[in-house]
Amino acid sequence: MNSIHTPRAYHGAKWDEPIVLDMGAPGERGYIPPAVEPEIAASVGDGASLIPAGMRRSTPPRLPEMAQPSVLRHYLRLSQMTMGAHITPDASLGTCTMKYSPLVNEEMARTPQMGEMHPYQDDDTAQGILEIIYGLERMLCEISGMDAFTFQPAGGSQAIFANACIIRAYHASRGEAEQRTDIISTSFSHPIDCAAPAVAGFRVITLTPGPNGYPDLGALKAAVSNRTAGLMMTNPEDTGIFNPYVEEFTRIVHEAGGLCAYDQANANGILGITRARENGFDMCQFNLHKTFSVPHGSAGGSCGAGGVTAELAKFLPAPMVVKEGDRFRWDYDRPDSIGKVRSFHGNVQAVLRSYAWIMAHGAEGIQTVAETAVLNNNYLATKLGAIPGVSIPYGGNGHRLQEVRYSWQDLLDETGVSTEDVRRRIVDFGLQGYFTSHHPVLVPEPFTLEPCESYSRADLDEYATVLGHIADEARTNPEHVRAAPHSAAIHRIQEDVINDPARLAMTWRGYQKKQGAAREVATS
Amino acid sequence: MTARKRLGLIVNPIAGMGGGVGLKGTDSATTLQRARELGATPRSGIRANVALSIVLERLGDEVELITAPGAMGEEIALSAGFTPIVIGSVTGGETSPDDTRHAAKVMLDAGVDLLLFAGGDGTARDICGVIDGHLISLGIPTGVKMHSAVYATNPRSAGEAAARFLIAATPRSREAEVMDIDEELFRGGRVSARLYGMMRVPDLPRLVQNLKSGSSGSDQAVLTGIADDIIERMQDGALYIIGPGTTTREIVTRMGGQKTLLGVDLFCRAEAIALDATEAQILNHLDGIPARIVVTPIGGQGFLFGRGNQQLSAEVIRRVGPENIIVVATMDKIAGLRGDPFLIDTGDPVTDESLAGYIRVVTNYHTETVYQIA
Repeated sequence: MNSIHTPRAYHGAKWDEPIVLDMGAPGERGYIPPAVEPEIAASVGDGASLIPAGMRRSTPPRLPEMAQPSVLRHYLRLSQMTMGAHITPDASLGTCTMKYSPLVNEEMARTPQMGEMHPYQDDDTAQGILEIIYGLERMLCEISGMDAFTFQPAGGSQAIFANACIIRAYHASRGEAEQRTDIISTSFSHPIDCAAPAVAGFRVITLTPGPNGYPDLGALKAAVSNRTAGLMMTNPEDTGIFNPYVEEFTRIVHEAGGLCAYDQANANGILGITRARENGFDMCQFNLHKTFSVPHGSAGGSCGAGGVTAELAKFLPAPMVVKEGDRFRWDYDRPDSIGKVRSFHGNVQAVLRSYAWIMAHGAEGIQTVAETAVLNNNYLATKLGAIPGVSIPYGGNGHRLQEVRYSWQDLLDETGVSTEDVRRRIVDFGLQGYFTSHHPVLVPEPFTLEPCESYSRADLDEYATVLGHIADEARTNPEHVRAAPHSAAIHRIQEDVINDPARLAMTWRGYQKKQGAAREVATS
Repeated sequence: MTARKRLGLIVNPIAGMGGGVGLKGTDSATTLQRARELGATPRSGIRANVALSIVLERLGDEVELITAPGAMGEEIALSAGFTPIVIGSVTGGETSPDDTRHAAKVMLDAGVDLLLFAGGDGTARDICGVIDGHLISLGIPTGVKMHSAVYATNPRSAGEAAARFLIAATPRSREAEVMDIDEELFRGGRVSARLYGMMRVPDLPRLVQNLKSGSSGSDQAVLTGIADDIIERMQDGALYIIGPGTTTREIVTRMGGQKTLLGVDLFCRAEAIALDATEAQILNHLDGIPARIVVTPIGGQGFLFGRGNQQLSAEVIRRVGPENIIVVATMDKIAGLRGDPFLIDTGDPVTDESLAGYIRVVTNYHTETVYQIA
């Protein structure tokens, strides 16, 4: 077993692997089914003629043509080069709530009953999934104290954007759309709490933290006016500190005529312990792909569940699932709705996975999740706090909730090794590079860790051992840390290059358009 | 193979000597004499050595060091392990501001990629006046007075910042204030800081952007955003009293006008009413028309009033009204204050106290933050 200063050895696999769309050859096939019997062919015809002429492609899609083993080999190699992200202990990505997602939920999401459904199917043939959507809505209402939920947003950002649009619609319905221009947020809330209302046309005012890590009432009062449309904030924030004034915050904003929207992407430490309703919020959102165990990152479609009080339910995106007697149906007749924020019904598989996950835990289990996540976080924080060079800004707040934003400033001052250096070095020990900080970067040399409930004590000990080892290295061999990674698939990522809009490509079409220029630059 | 980076170095060997013996600076020859009598020893070189050693450790042969003769750089460069290219000349005896200015001119002609200088506000002023925005430079803090925003936080971080700037694929820079105070008044217990100019310094985000955090946008885009926000909300017929700085200058530039960089200027929209106005001139213009004061805090220190804009006196603030003060700043500048509040020192405690509390700061288009004033 590892001692406190000797993490286990690791070396990443590296393959010179092309992009899948550059692979294969014309005519190469994964699997060729046997020809149909003549009787069947005579009875069915060619099959294609069953499809109306206007819906038939004239040319086949330009997909790679590959043999099955080549496809499997390709993706296995990619997963090796990305450390098998599905099962790597991933406390690194603080504020992403990277918990382990049980495979049984995945199996359910991939059954034909789910995987082969179509959003245009008649409601009568979709009663099962409609009941699950309705059921998850009821469960999240219980967990948050809200009265209605939409699952249409395909991510937390879309749900927060929907909430910003609901705030706008609410004030418009009262004839105050022109007057209510300001949204208030906080510096340690997620940046989307500012970005979404900005896209919705609001002016955004953020409150900077005081010595305890959260803004006080004085800051809020300086921002509130008769122009206040609402408050959009995270709590606990990315420091893992819960703002104890939150009820006062929502009261003051309500008194000024604004609405309060709770960003609950950081809910993993408060499930079953405190609710949006009791904190005075009118709306909230959960990220099913974080708190409720839907795989995320590149592992699957996500879902931002947006919840509101009964007064605001009419503004939710359409359609909504309604229950009539024993039956469920999509209700499109919602004249006050803000409209759609996502095509069709969003990522319904995510709803199924979360439903299964909550049902498996039960009410007590949900609370145990939060308590275990908080315990894990404080266990890790205690171990890391003992490493010379690590500091925990805004100390004196007692225990943290789900995550901590730490600082390597002391290590940098002493050794010249920065948080970016350590971030690259931990990859040499088989751990994912950690998340540093959202903007604005108020904690110097930051790193943000969130060990969810699914990590064992051994996982956390290993994580602390690696960081302790690197802090030692920073004193004895700083150049080795700065030159890291040494054992990873990719030596060093040029961050300013990958963030370059001229070369960044989110689709294959975009890549084809830009790759000529990119290759030119890379070889110059 | 890319070309070696060229790093310039100027050391003011006597900078900081007055500090340890309570003399608040060494700008004049007599003060320096007094410092020596009191037992002051040079420390600038030692601190410059710390920074240089880090640059050498990080970049090794990838960097070429160009410096001034003797104590103004050559000696420290050699002791740090560099084989410097020595250019220019130094007059005999004690080094003087003329020597600093001469060295800066030589560096300017040589076209170095970055100029490191060891000194305080006096040194920064001398260099700033010569390079005039044409070189990117960074201060190793070794002086007594360091009111300017052009220094790294300590010699080690100066070395780190220089190394990171020189190896960056796309190095970025930003403008920062060069301030200085009158040493004679300072010794008498009075602080009278003036804004002498702006220097371009490396713009190193305190960390490299993460994929998830994305880019915070270019400095210029943020300045433009701030300017557009102020312009959009401008009141016709109101007098805008616009304090010094790049952030405030951009407001006038965006309207097609011209503002002085270091002065307090008066505008009605783009129309200049008075440039580089004195307190008396400002007060004269205040009769009978609504007015707004637009200021930006000094980088790294957070002074809103009382440093570099003394024309905006307690009387001016009172007449305009605290509710008509508009503060503008980039979020990077705010983050650079590390949580320390804005400061105000108008010389009138009643005015200073009336402004204490929280104030809204425009940080981009339609974007504000609330920040504390001490």
